[in-house]
Amino acid sequence: MVIAIGFEGSANKLGIGIVKDGVVLSNPRHTYITPPGQGFLPKDTAKHHREHALDILQQALEEANVKPEQIDVVCYTKGPGMGAPLVSTALVARTVAQLWNKPIVAVNHCIDIEMGRLITGAQNPTVLYVSGGNTQVIAYSERCYRIFGETIDIAVGNCLDRFARVLKLSNDPSPGYNIEQLAKRGSKFLEMPYAVKGMDVSFSGLLSYIEEKAPSLIASNEYTPEDLCFSLQETVFAMLIEITERAMAHCNSEEVLIVGGVGCEYRFIPLLVISTSANGVLMFYCLLYIRFCIDNGAMIAQAGWEMYRSGAVTPLEETSCTQRYRTDEVEVTWRN
Amino acid sequence: MDSVLLKQGAEAKLYSYDFYGRPCIIKERFKKSYRHPTLDVSLTSQRLKAEVRANLRCRMAGILTPTIFMVNFDNSSIYMQEIQDAITVREYIATIQEQHKDRAHANDLISPVAEVIGKTLSKMHANNIIHGDLTTSNMLLQGDPHDLKLVLIDFGLSSFEASAEDKGVDLYVLERAFLSSHPNTQELFDIILNSYQTTMKDKSAWKEVIAKLDEVRLRGRKRTMVG
Repeated sequence: MVIAIGFEGSANKLGIGIVKDGVVLSNPRHTYITPPGQGFLPKDTAKHHREHALDILQQALEEANVKPEQIDVVCYTKGPGMGAPLVSTALVARTVAQLWNKPIVAVNHCIDIEMGRLITGAQNPTVLYVSGGNTQVIAYSERCYRIFGETIDIAVGNCLDRFARVLKLSNDPSPGYNIEQLAKRGSKFLEMPYAVKGMDVSFSGLLSYIEEKAPSLIASNEYTPEDLCFSLQETVFAMLIEITERAMAHCNSEEVLIVGGVGCEYRFIPLLVISTSANGVLMFYCLLYIRFCIDNGAMIAQAGWEMYRSGAVTPLEETSCTQRYRTDEVEVTWRN
Repeated sequence: MDSVLLKQGAEAKLYSYDFYGRPCIIKERFKKSYRHPTLDVSLTSQRLKAEVRANLRCRMAGILTPTIFMVNFDNSSIYMQEIQDAITVREYIATIQEQHKDRAHANDLISPVAEVIGKTLSKMHANNIIHGDLTTSNMLLQGDPHDLKLVLIDFGLSSFEASAEDKGVDLYVLERAFLSSHPNTQELFDIILNSYQTTMKDKSAWKEVIAKLDEVRLRGRKRTMVG
């Protein structure tokens, strides 16, 4: 029996989760929300994390009904992410690890796929990892999660967030969520640049296009903001499903797992069901649990737990952070 | 003769057919119900046209591609020559690697194919044809693999661009597909780039493409990934 606690603070969400042998005991989270039209800056985000770290930690322990001495391993996000928030969260993890005298495991945030596998029971899925900073199609082969396709410029979440800023949409609970709400009421489709290059995608051209066109299209009443959100969402999601399909065909995979903040946007689910059934692909998994899709502590605890079981412990002097950390840089020691 | 379904790919069905006595493949792009209908119609017709155009341009440049017999716009089908007695480069590499466990030896055996790939792509780019989906599954070796008759297929994502950026991305797409489908083959990909370079007559154009390739690689490598 192993109890792991995970600290995640790579972006604007601070989450602390406790996992016991694959069962999530608690997973509280607090999100730093900025005013409409603004993104989150590293300095202010780090300040938010520092302010809330202790309360969230307390809440995690209480909800899980676990005492610090029962915990076996402390896990934290090493990267990728924003420097200042990562460092402030790692500091909390290091402090409690030393206070409680527990081993510490540094986790690559992108390996949160483990959480998705745990929840869905998918064995060897093709993973579409979509969030504010990541857009990757990943599959496991020869001791590594290999990146088959990814964005060659900005991430899909970043594209949606930046368009939300153009429209001055609220950042509460997230810009992507508000785009989705508007998109539900949109109906008129505007064709936009569609950039699929092999198994890679590109969003920057699409973003420049819509950033430039949106003000005049809305002013002239040709398209409503709802229509533009709808069209943008249809276009980027079609691109993502297409590269996922390509990767599945490439790897002969029959399972899909969607992880990451953008993954919780409902539009993906019917899209993928239709797409997979049209191709004769029967198996289908999706991360429906929004609470596990957005950055959270439990997924870090889960990935760390897997690493700890296979014997990985990070020496204290190596418990640093890195803003740039690729999914395929981690050797997977816990899968065959 | 009726057509026989050979394969269902991610975006098209392939049928085998007899076209007035010639062995023929029908590639029928089907509707993707997850896409908005406007987007779907537009992408399907764009890709159909792109495929036919690039196919012809390649032939004019002396690159082997299947002959196109007929195009049916109504059901988005291309009738093209069936390349008989051919295996994909992907299968070829996998077979050689299977037969020869010694990696250096296997790479030596595959290197002539890598060279011809580099040569072919160089010719294609010199004619400003961007394939858009270069993988080892989209390259066929016709007849005896030692004859090195390389046939390019699947031009649905192709375009015509003179810019080094698009050529660099084209090579980047191949590099990623190559290394992910064939682990431990960096040396082979280097042979492809080398032969690409030596075939390219315009040396400054080559330098620019490789500079772009390096730049695109870095975009992936160095990207900060927040969230």
